[in-house]
Amino acid sequence: MAEAIMNYDEAISKFDPVLGLEVHVELGTNTKMFCGCSTVFGAPPNTHVCPVCLGLPGALPTLNKIGVESAIRIGLALNCEIAQWCRFARKNYFYPDMPKNFQTSQYDEPIAFEGYLDVEIDTDEGRKTFRVPIERAHMEEDTGKNSHVGGATGRIHGADYSLVDYNRAGIPLIEIVTKPITGTGKYAPEVAKAYVAALRDILRGLGVSDVKMEQGSLRCDVNLSLRETPESKLGIRSETKNVNSLRSVERAVRYEVTRHAARLTAGDSVVQETRHWHEDTGISTSGRPKSDAEDYRYFPEPDLLPIAPSREWVEELRATIPENPAVRRARLVADWGLSELDMNTVINSGALDLIVEAVDAGVDAAAARKWWTGELSRIANDRGIELEELPVTPVHLKRLEELITAGSLNDKLARQALEGVIAGEGDIDAIVAARGLAVVSDDGPLLAAIDEALAADPAVAETIKSGKLAAAGSVVGAVMKATRGQADAARVRELLFEKLGVSE
Amino acid sequence: MSGISQDDVAHLAHLARISIPADQLGHYADQLGAILDAVAQVSSLDTSDVPAMSHPVPMTNVFREDIPGVSLTAAQALSGAPAVEDERFRVPRILDEE
Repeated sequence: MAEAIMNYDEAISKFDPVLGLEVHVELGTNTKMFCGCSTVFGAPPNTHVCPVCLGLPGALPTLNKIGVESAIRIGLALNCEIAQWCRFARKNYFYPDMPKNFQTSQYDEPIAFEGYLDVEIDTDEGRKTFRVPIERAHMEEDTGKNSHVGGATGRIHGADYSLVDYNRAGIPLIEIVTKPITGTGKYAPEVAKAYVAALRDILRGLGVSDVKMEQGSLRCDVNLSLRETPESKLGIRSETKNVNSLRSVERAVRYEVTRHAARLTAGDSVVQETRHWHEDTGISTSGRPKSDAEDYRYFPEPDLLPIAPSREWVEELRATIPENPAVRRARLVADWGLSELDMNTVINSGALDLIVEAVDAGVDAAAARKWWTGELSRIANDRGIELEELPVTPVHLKRLEELITAGSLNDKLARQALEGVIAGEGDIDAIVAARGLAVVSDDGPLLAAIDEALAADPAVAETIKSGKLAAAGSVVGAVMKATRGQADAARVRELLFEKLGVSE
Repeated sequence: MSGISQDDVAHLAHLARISIPADQLGHYADQLGAILDAVAQVSSLDTSDVPAMSHPVPMTNVFREDIPGVSLTAAQALSGAPAVEDERFRVPRILDEE
């Protein structure tokens, strides 16, 4: 049932929102966190299971090295400190998605803590940076998957019984928890969305996860509370689960602000509870009351040894951290002299890395950008493939640009040469030779073609002579057509004007 | 005296899904209290310079390489399940009717 809400602007004029975000990311390791079962998605039910992840008596966990390395790398990318020494803990609860009756997690000794992530959003005063403080990033494991049978909706409520597949149980998860995010004011929804987007980009850049929100490899819980003024103490928060798209993150924050505000204004208190987000209706509904942390009876995991990352190991891992995507973006915008809009086009086209690769190989940035976001994007789109799948390398583009600069190819011929590359006809020089691609630079054939074009359209010469130079376009076009695109258009124009005795 | 109350016992029993009749809560409270008191004798020693320990072996950083091993077949995995449907473990209704 939908609850009362208040208009967002009114809510923000009365209250100060405080955000908290918990993100779970499923790591892209080959095996589970504590056993050698495969993590490949989509296998038949209960075929990626073993005594460890089924919680059979006597089974002992063994810790995945890549899982730990990924956790440390994520921590470093989020400007966290890395624990000198930390342990796993058992989080005890009874629920059929965890056959051990506890989740192996980390409690008061997370592997990474005290970090931050800067995010940029558009505000009324232009782009503005908000620093999101990160409390911790810790290691844990995913649960099995329940499907509910019976009842009207296939949901847990009203189900007759449930079926459990443990293929997912034990897949490594990293939980990244922010501190309360204050000072966002009305931009709380945008900051929340920008944070999750920036986090996703960082995780993708690290190569630790495929970060597909729609497939659940990146999951977000939104905590929100309101207080009367930024000086007031924190209000009671709700925790909205199942917020699994960037758009939903923004909407869920906005919705909770309006719902809390309506309750508080009506004199009701906010209930500290877990809520479920509904993508279709854009509202959240009450789940279960939040249980006290003590109820989980955390204690140190006796079957796993502590982790004490040496500082040398941490520094080795730090050296593998790519440049922060937001910082990189700002640097490239400056280096390439682009507008934010141009950069958006580049990023949306998925060509950023390819352009960087070309520029690193010596291709002019503007040319690399033109080819990858223009002709090559069009070809990839026509064929329904990713840009990366095109067999075009920086070496191809470099040679192409050299030939264009030297005047031996024009834009149209260059496109034909690229078609040759994509058709697998060899390198640029071989294609140019085999296809006979060369700008006609001898004036003789060009003058003949100009005469032909003028004869076909006698009025156009007078029009140009009268000062309407734009009319020259049709003559140049006819010459290009007659020479099958191999003429140098600028030279044709020059010759035409010389012939007609007009100057530009 | 550790002071385990009957309420504590009832709460723990609930968390552990153990059914304890109300007239026996006092009995278990006394027993658990006696156990905790026995363990609490440790606190009479000065342990201020002894680090807390959770494992008897002084080792750290024991890792497994990320290489898939052998899993069970679904038939093996499900062989001990009280109920099975569609190659999945069938479990009783999770939430009571409200």
